[in-house]
Amino acid sequence: MNKMPEIVLFFLAKIKKLALHFKKRKKMKEIMMVYYMEAKSARISGRKVAWITSGGPVEPLIAMDVIPVYPENHGAMIGASKMGTDLCEKSESMGYSSDLCSYARSDIACATVNGGPIGGLPRPDMLVCCNNICGTVLKWYEVQARYFNVPLFIFDTPFCHTGYSEEVQRYVRRQLDEYVLFLEKACGRKMDSDHLKAVGKLSLEGQRLWQAVLATAANSPAPMTAFDAFYHLALIVTLRGTPLVIDYYTQLLEKMKDRVARGIGAIPNEKYRLLWDNIPIWPRTRWLSEKLASHNACLVADTYTSAWCGTTKYIDENNFFDSMAEAYTRIYLNIGVDEMARTVLEMVDMYKVDGIVMHSNRSCKPYSLGQYDIQKIVEKERGIPCLMIEADMVDERSFSESQVSTRIDAFMEIIKQRKGD
Amino acid sequence: MKQPDEFYEVLKDPASYGRKLKEQGRRIVGYFCSYTPEEIIYAAGAHPFRIFAAGDNIHFADAHLQSYCCSLVRGALEGALAGNLDFLDGAVFPHTCDSIQRLSDIWRMNVKGPFHVDVVLPVKLDTDSAKAYMIDVLKKFRHDLASRLDVQITDDKLKKAIDTFNTIRGSLKKLYQLKAENPGIIRGSDLYAIVKASMMMDRAYLTKALPAVIEELEKKKENAKIYTGKRIILAGGVCNHPDIYRIIEEAGGAVVWDDFCTGSRYFEESVKDNADPIAAIAGRYIERPACPAKHAGIFTRGENLLKIIKEKNARGVVFFFLKFCDPHAFDYPYMKEFLDREGIPSMVLEVEDQLPSEGQLRTRFETFVDML
Repeated sequence: MNKMPEIVLFFLAKIKKLALHFKKRKKMKEIMMVYYMEAKSARISGRKVAWITSGGPVEPLIAMDVIPVYPENHGAMIGASKMGTDLCEKSESMGYSSDLCSYARSDIACATVNGGPIGGLPRPDMLVCCNNICGTVLKWYEVQARYFNVPLFIFDTPFCHTGYSEEVQRYVRRQLDEYVLFLEKACGRKMDSDHLKAVGKLSLEGQRLWQAVLATAANSPAPMTAFDAFYHLALIVTLRGTPLVIDYYTQLLEKMKDRVARGIGAIPNEKYRLLWDNIPIWPRTRWLSEKLASHNACLVADTYTSAWCGTTKYIDENNFFDSMAEAYTRIYLNIGVDEMARTVLEMVDMYKVDGIVMHSNRSCKPYSLGQYDIQKIVEKERGIPCLMIEADMVDERSFSESQVSTRIDAFMEIIKQRKGD
Repeated sequence: MKQPDEFYEVLKDPASYGRKLKEQGRRIVGYFCSYTPEEIIYAAGAHPFRIFAAGDNIHFADAHLQSYCCSLVRGALEGALAGNLDFLDGAVFPHTCDSIQRLSDIWRMNVKGPFHVDVVLPVKLDTDSAKAYMIDVLKKFRHDLASRLDVQITDDKLKKAIDTFNTIRGSLKKLYQLKAENPGIIRGSDLYAIVKASMMMDRAYLTKALPAVIEELEKKKENAKIYTGKRIILAGGVCNHPDIYRIIEEAGGAVVWDDFCTGSRYFEESVKDNADPIAAIAGRYIERPACPAKHAGIFTRGENLLKIIKEKNARGVVFFFLKFCDPHAFDYPYMKEFLDREGIPSMVLEVEDQLPSEGQLRTRFETFVDML
């Protein structure tokens, strides 16, 4: 896909999309390939491309037939394909500090060289930045707005330290209207509000299905691991609000239920159940999964992939647009550390875990600062041990395999002893 | 000159100063960052006291914050956990960067005693809805604070507080202007001490003490020699290191202005007259040069730096950053490019909690000053 001319990509995307349409069991790889081909040939199809943050309100884009593209998902792909360190170094030569978020660093560098696993993201027509995940995205999108010289919409979701207030609701709700106006201007046509309602319904349905898929891991043995969730996550992030997501997760849910019914576990001999906290260490997910499996330990759940279905309680099925304000503002990373700890405790109970593995992620301050307190709360309230691994989601230079390996061995020893094994 | 001594004293031991005020029966509200509406705290009859890092000896904070968190946040938490801020009646956290945001949570959960108020300001400053929200948030803060302190915050008191702070900001700006006119009349470190201590000292006293310093400098100005060194701007976040002024001066330069939140961003723009004092305070935050954690436009900070350089007739810029300060690190490449395009030399100095060795710094500044 890297070097194909847009016109070729355009026709290939059409053919593959048609083939996908008739296929009963849709594969993630094929869906994502068609998605990126369509995005990269958008100039030919006449569709607009918007870059949007992973926690951003994507439904209005889908309703306007704009193709949403996610630099963070791209960052994860760069990390998983182990191309992150090179791109991070490139950004450092551009003057960006090596302490900055490695998604941002690799994306900023990638835009200038069209590198990475898919030869760079398609050029945006607009940028939509929602700061419900961090303040970093604001700075990152400012960089890209200067680089691409395209309009930037900032969807500002005030941080909810101890709750949600009327003032915040008013402000965020007003911005939803501004967002629609921004899109109408960028696209040169009006929003079809019925269509937006339909997209909203699909989005909520997709989120509920994703929640149901993740919940199957509450069974022992767990039919899927968090590593599987990291993989299947791509669709709820990128294509939320489309029917494809419903098809895919419906099938996945059936498959998981079937495994549960037949007692098939994701790892051969599940003896210990663990919870993961923070963004994956993308270049090392495979190593980590094998390492844990060698101890008969299964990562049954994580705080990261569940963030894309954690606010369904705030969504009003019949009034998706209005309720979006609260749902997008109260996501996992936009709440206080104590509320995060309560969520973690709920997950500990629901998934019946024996311990927690926390990734102290140098790239992500809102996710990582506060982990020590969550660790203490969990240890006190539930008496289970927590392992802290300091690493980075993309930049391999912050990962020491021998050190992490030793610490996992020691951690598993504690868990084994506690279980009397 | 005589006056800087008292400012230095406060800086040397802020806790003693705070405790002394407390013993006089004052209620003291600690705060972070220059977006804290000090006027509202003052109108509530309390004393606004800016919290800085306690120093480089981190012990307690290590149990709560990772090593890749900036020294300002780690140091401030250290101070609180070590009991150095026991004189505070409350603490106010305006929303700025990701680290201060989490510091607020960790503080609320671990620092026992004083009340805790979050002021979750908008991140963007350039839309009508953000401006309306800014006013809403400040109104909420007025209400929260009044109930915490069990006082009435009347419009009348707010207007008086606005006058006090406008006077102080005006005086600090005047001091900067005098320094910029003739950098030889006051040492950079003295000015630093005055401005920074002003964020902690009794404000009524400052309305008299600062004009006295100004008067003395005005007198000095008449007989001062014409300054012939190189004119330099400092740019960044918080500056905790008065030594750099001296080393720059010894290298043949002088800091004639800055873009620091412990410097010009603290005093730029006064609160305008308005029937609604809260709207007036909000208006200043919209107008004033922005912190990089806020969004006022994609070029505003670069343009503001160029404007400062032009107005102050400066020759070069020293970017002075705290390590792990993301908002500043993200803006640096484009701001440097702005300077490069205009042919203005710059250098960057990143500091964790301690300055690099003096010899090393001296060499770097000498090389830089020679280039100008």
